[in-house]
Amino acid sequence: MIFERLFRLSLFRRRSDRDLASEIAVHINEERAENIARGLSPEEADRRARIKFGSVRRVHEDLWQQNSVALFENLAHDVPYTLRTLARTPGFTLTAVLVMALGIGATTALFTVVKSVLLSPLPYPHSSRLVSLYESDTVSSTPTPWDPVAGGVFHEWQRATQSAAQMALVSPWQGYNVSASGGQLPESVSASWVSWNLFRVLGVAPALGRDLLASDDKPSAPATVILSNAFWKRRFAADPAIVGKTVYLDANPYTIIGVMPASFAWNFNSKTELWTAAAHESPYLMSTFDDHEFLVVARLAPGTTLAGLVNQVDTVQRHIKLAHPEASVHNRAIGRSLLDSSVEDFRTPLYALLAATVCVLLIACLNVANLVVARSAARQRDLAIRAALGGSRWRLIREHLTESLVLSTAGGILGLLLAMASLAWLAHSKIALARSEEIHLDWWALGFVIAISIITGLVAGLIPSLGLHAGQLLESLQSSSRSHSGGRSRARLRKVLLTAEVALTIVLLLGAGLLLKSYQQLRTRDLGCAVNNVLTMGFSLPDVHYKETTQKVAFFEQLLARVRALPGVRAAGLSTKLPGEGWGGDDDISVVEHPPLPKDQWIDFLRRGVDPGYFAALQIPLIRGRYFRSGERFGHAHVAIISDSIVKQYFPGEDPIGRHLTTGIDKETSEIVGVVGDTRWMISQPIRPTYYLPLFTGDSGGVSLAVRGNPNVDAESLALPIQKIFGQMDPDLPVHDVLTMKQNIGVATLQDQFNSILILAFAIIALVLAAVGLYGVLSYLVTQRTGELGIRIALGAQRMEVMRLTLTDGLAPVAIGLLAGLAGGAATVQLLREMLYGMSPFDWSVFLIVVVVLAITAACACILPAWRASQLDPAQALRAE
Amino acid sequence: MAQNQPLSSDMLKGTLDMMILRTLSTGDAHGHTIAKVIERTSEDVLEVEQGSLYPALHRLEDRGWLSSYWGASENNRKAKYYRLTAAGRRRLTLEASRWRQMARAIALVMGEHVTEEGAE
Repeated sequence: MIFERLFRLSLFRRRSDRDLASEIAVHINEERAENIARGLSPEEADRRARIKFGSVRRVHEDLWQQNSVALFENLAHDVPYTLRTLARTPGFTLTAVLVMALGIGATTALFTVVKSVLLSPLPYPHSSRLVSLYESDTVSSTPTPWDPVAGGVFHEWQRATQSAAQMALVSPWQGYNVSASGGQLPESVSASWVSWNLFRVLGVAPALGRDLLASDDKPSAPATVILSNAFWKRRFAADPAIVGKTVYLDANPYTIIGVMPASFAWNFNSKTELWTAAAHESPYLMSTFDDHEFLVVARLAPGTTLAGLVNQVDTVQRHIKLAHPEASVHNRAIGRSLLDSSVEDFRTPLYALLAATVCVLLIACLNVANLVVARSAARQRDLAIRAALGGSRWRLIREHLTESLVLSTAGGILGLLLAMASLAWLAHSKIALARSEEIHLDWWALGFVIAISIITGLVAGLIPSLGLHAGQLLESLQSSSRSHSGGRSRARLRKVLLTAEVALTIVLLLGAGLLLKSYQQLRTRDLGCAVNNVLTMGFSLPDVHYKETTQKVAFFEQLLARVRALPGVRAAGLSTKLPGEGWGGDDDISVVEHPPLPKDQWIDFLRRGVDPGYFAALQIPLIRGRYFRSGERFGHAHVAIISDSIVKQYFPGEDPIGRHLTTGIDKETSEIVGVVGDTRWMISQPIRPTYYLPLFTGDSGGVSLAVRGNPNVDAESLALPIQKIFGQMDPDLPVHDVLTMKQNIGVATLQDQFNSILILAFAIIALVLAAVGLYGVLSYLVTQRTGELGIRIALGAQRMEVMRLTLTDGLAPVAIGLLAGLAGGAATVQLLREMLYGMSPFDWSVFLIVVVVLAITAACACILPAWRASQLDPAQALRAE
Repeated sequence: MAQNQPLSSDMLKGTLDMMILRTLSTGDAHGHTIAKVIERTSEDVLEVEQGSLYPALHRLEDRGWLSSYWGASENNRKAKYYRLTAAGRRRLTLEASRWRQMARAIALVMGEHVTEEGAE
């Protein structure tokens, strides 16, 4: 219709104007002829004919307007009118705008995060050609699909694919002690070992100095390091002459050859502050086939696809496996885009959050629609009379639309501010989100706000219009003398909206409930050791200053003795990794007394080095055998302690004490002397078999200290005296991550806390909105039925009966919405499976609680209007007509 | 002018379309004739501001309820004649019945006595 009209406008405007002019001329002539026939003078006849016709110009104008698209033509008129009407009901307006702003703001913020983190290309040139490659083990008893790549494997891959891709490697989980210098304290920093060509493959270059060269990436080359921009500014005050200077890392001199630009984003480990050449740092790792230490980044050559490259390296890997049949050498290779591997962990949570905000937006939309319906219901007679007198249906719909569009525009503007505020908050919070520095509101976000405001406005404005057809208007006019059944269909529309709202709320509540329960379980998960009043900190003894094993052991012993002697310290222990601190190294194991494993199977235990007092200090129970003895040190300590899960898995019905394990690279054999309780290496991960070796064999540089305070002493207050002890023993030794065990757990579960709390917040907003909607609809119904209820009461209806009647009216949509929501929720929570730790998405207790919470909320929202209905004074109710 | 128009033009607008359709149901006519017929049959109460007729005629033609052709007027001038289409006839039936309902309803609201046969 509109198109037809536009068509007519553009092509025939001229012709139809001429037509109209001659039509009008004919008309006036006819009138004049008639007037002359009545005996008037020609002049008078003409004058009267023209008066009678009215303004010719106006006819032209009217037709012009009629042929134009009314929406735009009338906007100038409608908007001020709507603004005036809205200003007259500030309560309604404010509620609607706030509700809209909440929905739009949350959705925009999440959209921005999802777009910046998951969708926009990585900040490297032609980043779509960048891929990352992994080894994969498909045959062993413990398949590891995305395993890092061994250095030797990398070189084989690189050699075989020279024409297909440029390949670089990186080990992003390294670290150094930076020595005290120039009045600055020693500190421990995160670093990455990289192959010399990594930055070239990524397509970035240092802002200052030079990139690594192949000649730097050799065991015999002089030590070189590239600094991150942040580290350069922080540690060296952005010294422009920094290149060529020396920095001491683990007490070794390194020449600073370059500083990366500030814009360089390092996605593998955003804390990385230094890059060093991998082959120089660890010649050993570069040659093995079974020590999986590196991520491989490749830039596809033109004409090569990811699948093609993976195919090539996969073939190479199968050959490697044939040549090295050891269990710990993997048999396959796989790959994915670099973007995917950078953000993989955040995909599900972010999409879940986005879905939740869209739910909130929908509910907000429904609620505003509901409010608009309620308003138009109040003005219904007015509207009906206008319709009777020729106000078109389109005109009424346009009024709804203008109103909701004005509301959603205001909501959109406020929502944008809200989104900006929440993104600013996100930037300052400690959420470990990949690429978080790239998140900012851009034109896309602005476009998104505009689009979503318009869509929201249209939806909220068109839903009420569904109920606007002429028959109904008539009905309402007819019913107005006795409005006992008036507005029923209006109420029906509102009930449908309400049902949808309740269903969406249920879905949100289910998601929030599951995540919250999972998070709660995670927080209360037993780490397997003491967590109350335990302080932890890490340090790393550099080989340069502690060349001899005896020096390290002496340091450990002296440290423990001094810490234990501190007032307030109950116990202290050392371990290469504390429970909850992470992976910390693993070994392939064989049990000497057991028959050799089938060729493709292997046993892999986490490895820990601990001092003799460690288990007692952390209250890890001794199940069988004994702890290490302090004499078990250096070369004559061929003893090991195993965790309980090893006994269950590998020594069923067998006493492991006295058996022997062959472990590690040098195939040393140790006798099992004890069995201790299981601990978790990471709070969110399942328990893994762990074996312990005496720390006092002295191999380990990086160690964590755990100190349990006396019950009357706050362990945190011990941090300073202990750091002083470190300072006295070695002024150049930095201590890092000084945290209580509980803080450790908190940091590890921060992401989950963030997700569950955010979704809970959304669910609560949804619940409140649903309750408000329910209350509004029922109050409205009661007002509508005041007369009828008055008559019922006057005729002797019991007040309880009236209350029951009203309650049923309100709770029916709740019940339907509840069922629909449960059905929808059952499908939706499947998607959350990945985010739940050790629990099924069909957790009946969560489902039950959600149903109860919603039922109670709904009952509370309904009880007041229902009670009011039951308390009606019949005389007054009837007079109100 | 105001005395000449007992009904405000706004009020007329909604019903004008219907009255045009009704007028044309007795035969084709050009604009001037339509205006005259409406005036006369309403005993001069509904004095159409003649100009407002033309937007209405064009609108009805747009919607396919009327068709038009150029013919000779009574005074032998070239004039645009309008004819009711089949769709226009259906529309007229619909609007007429609505109008009767509406008139009755308004009468009820205004507290007038309405007899059942009041609606023809």
